[in-house]
Amino acid sequence: MEYFLELVFSGLTRGSIYALIALGYTMVYGIIGLINFAHGEIYMIGAFTALIIATVLNMYGLPLPAVLILASIAAVIWSAAYGFTVERVAYRPLRGAPRLSPLISAIGMSIFLQNYVMLAQTPNFLPFPTLIPEPAFLEPIASMVGATDLAILLVTTVVMVLLTLLIKFTRTGKAMRATSQDRTMAFLVGVNVDTVISITFIIGSSLAAIGGVLIASHIGQINFYIGFIAGIKAFTAAVLGGIGSIPGAVLGSFVLGLTESFATGYVSSAYEDVFAFSLLVLILIFRPAGLLGKASIEKV
Amino acid sequence: MNVITVKIFRNALVTALWFMFLTFPIMVIKVNTTENLIIWRWHNLLYVGVTAFTASLLTALYRQYRDRKRGQQQQKEGTGRVSWNERFFNTPAITRPICALGALFFLVFPLLFSTYQVNIMTTALMYVVLGLGLNIVVGVAGLLNLGYVAFYAVGAYTYALLNMHYGVGFWVALPLGGIMAALFGILLGFPVLRLRGDYLAIVTLGFGEIILLVLKNWSEFSQGPGGISNISRPGLFNIQLSMEATLNYQYYLTIAMVLLTIFVINRLQNSRIGRALFALREDEIACQAMGIDKTTIKLTAFALGATWAGLAGVLFAAKNAYINPDSFTFLESAMILCIVVLGGMGSILGVIIGALILILLPEYLRAFSDYRMLAFGAILVSMMIFRPQGIVANIRQSYRSSKDGVP
Repeated sequence: MEYFLELVFSGLTRGSIYALIALGYTMVYGIIGLINFAHGEIYMIGAFTALIIATVLNMYGLPLPAVLILASIAAVIWSAAYGFTVERVAYRPLRGAPRLSPLISAIGMSIFLQNYVMLAQTPNFLPFPTLIPEPAFLEPIASMVGATDLAILLVTTVVMVLLTLLIKFTRTGKAMRATSQDRTMAFLVGVNVDTVISITFIIGSSLAAIGGVLIASHIGQINFYIGFIAGIKAFTAAVLGGIGSIPGAVLGSFVLGLTESFATGYVSSAYEDVFAFSLLVLILIFRPAGLLGKASIEKV
Repeated sequence: MNVITVKIFRNALVTALWFMFLTFPIMVIKVNTTENLIIWRWHNLLYVGVTAFTASLLTALYRQYRDRKRGQQQQKEGTGRVSWNERFFNTPAITRPICALGALFFLVFPLLFSTYQVNIMTTALMYVVLGLGLNIVVGVAGLLNLGYVAFYAVGAYTYALLNMHYGVGFWVALPLGGIMAALFGILLGFPVLRLRGDYLAIVTLGFGEIILLVLKNWSEFSQGPGGISNISRPGLFNIQLSMEATLNYQYYLTIAMVLLTIFVINRLQNSRIGRALFALREDEIACQAMGIDKTTIKLTAFALGATWAGLAGVLFAAKNAYINPDSFTFLESAMILCIVVLGGMGSILGVIIGALILILLPEYLRAFSDYRMLAFGAILVSMMIFRPQGIVANIRQSYRSSKDGVP
């Protein structure tokens, strides 16, 4: 039973991280219909920025809570900046180009960012400092769930609620929904589509950065390649839930996280990634629109 | 005239400052967490600023040039002018002698250069085969396959395993490797080809990773990360060849393979299947409306592409006599994709040029080999933005009616 609960918690933790990344995929896909391959790299850059800033601040002797908060803020700012720049450089000139062009450009951007971080920093794994302390009151259940897991669940929940509020009740949210329904029509009624797309990238990248900081302090080490696998898996989660749908992405992420957790716990950990990809293939065969997505019919 | 206006200059300055801010944590600060050391590399900030400034200026100038070009072209509407580059590569009177000279050069190559050069050239030619194979899938049919290297692995492992367990020779394994890869292509293609293009990309990427993970982890089957060694080299009527002769023999084998590939693809492009594939790339719905069975034609493209990857895989295993899963990572797929995109999607000559540039340049510019993947990423992005048709644009045979409307 305890083992079962441990797996549930680890699944939920994984699911939360996937959800934070998957939201970026699904929002961008909902608005411009592009798989943003470089999104995983934005997440990796978030983790790296946090690591760098945290180490520098640590050396100047700041207290741990201040380091944690400042490093997270830095990660969010820089990741958002990267997301914004990637859109401006690699995707905006390709609006209206054939479908394949932005996709290839996105793959190129992903490879470029990976190697940029590898060359500028290091190809090896870097240990990530423990930023979240283990409080004493968690001792009795420490074998099942750590402080970092709880922090991840808590932060993810708060972020999800904030995002939902933003999209449902603000002017920006309304503009985003309008753009995702029909870009031309939104443009005609006076929505600045370019700004909306930029905002979408900024929000998606910030979420990914939060995910990056959380997972890095959970696992304890990062390298330039972490974004690739995490990106594909988060994309799997987004497709599982129905790409373009925000609740779908969250649901899909938790389903994927729990599936992976149980598969590695009860079957074998060597094939962890195989389960995720097989799940993706199975969904696409039997329910291409995902769990919560609507099947769309292409009209001429 | 190209002019650098104040606006362009200011934009470039803003871009430079923005990129200096953007790259600040990653480029400037380098931390050593084990010894708690921080290295500040302020000079990098300068490089980034200068590069971003220049790039921004050049892009702005290029846009000016392009817009003016377009304006001129609109004035001369209807003349159907094609650019010098397209005319150059599509005039038989020019291309035929060049191809003949090129063929001659490749034939006498081993006589002129050392075995080391021959070895590198063999590798480059293998990428030509891979690029041409992927070209059928991506360039001709417009299906983005990011797990292409998985089929390459299937071919290589087919030969390696058959050779290890049953002592099967190269010539028997060559068609078997092709067939196995094609089977895998159909196996993967059957369920996913109903999907839209971008889903296909991610599923093929996942498939590539699955194959890689299985090869790494299922040690009883594939010998795991250690790989398989002592694979027999291709035989020539049981004649014992010296080391140098073996290398030359492999070189000519690869040349033969390239010629076969070019022949098949050339025939394919103007065949019924080829035209159906081009139609599929342009518009799926219109293609279906013309009575083409979408699924069958997509499967054909997928299986054909996979077959070439399988053949190249067998060749690769035989050439190196040793394979391990590390040769079949996603980066390899990305490199082959880069070859196709750089050369020109759908164009045979383009893919050959692309492969030679991308494989030979890093070999001869060893100092820059670390930056190879960085450059590949940048090439993919900038080709899509500035020249989506690649170095050699592929023009389909077209018929034009004469001025007075009589064909």
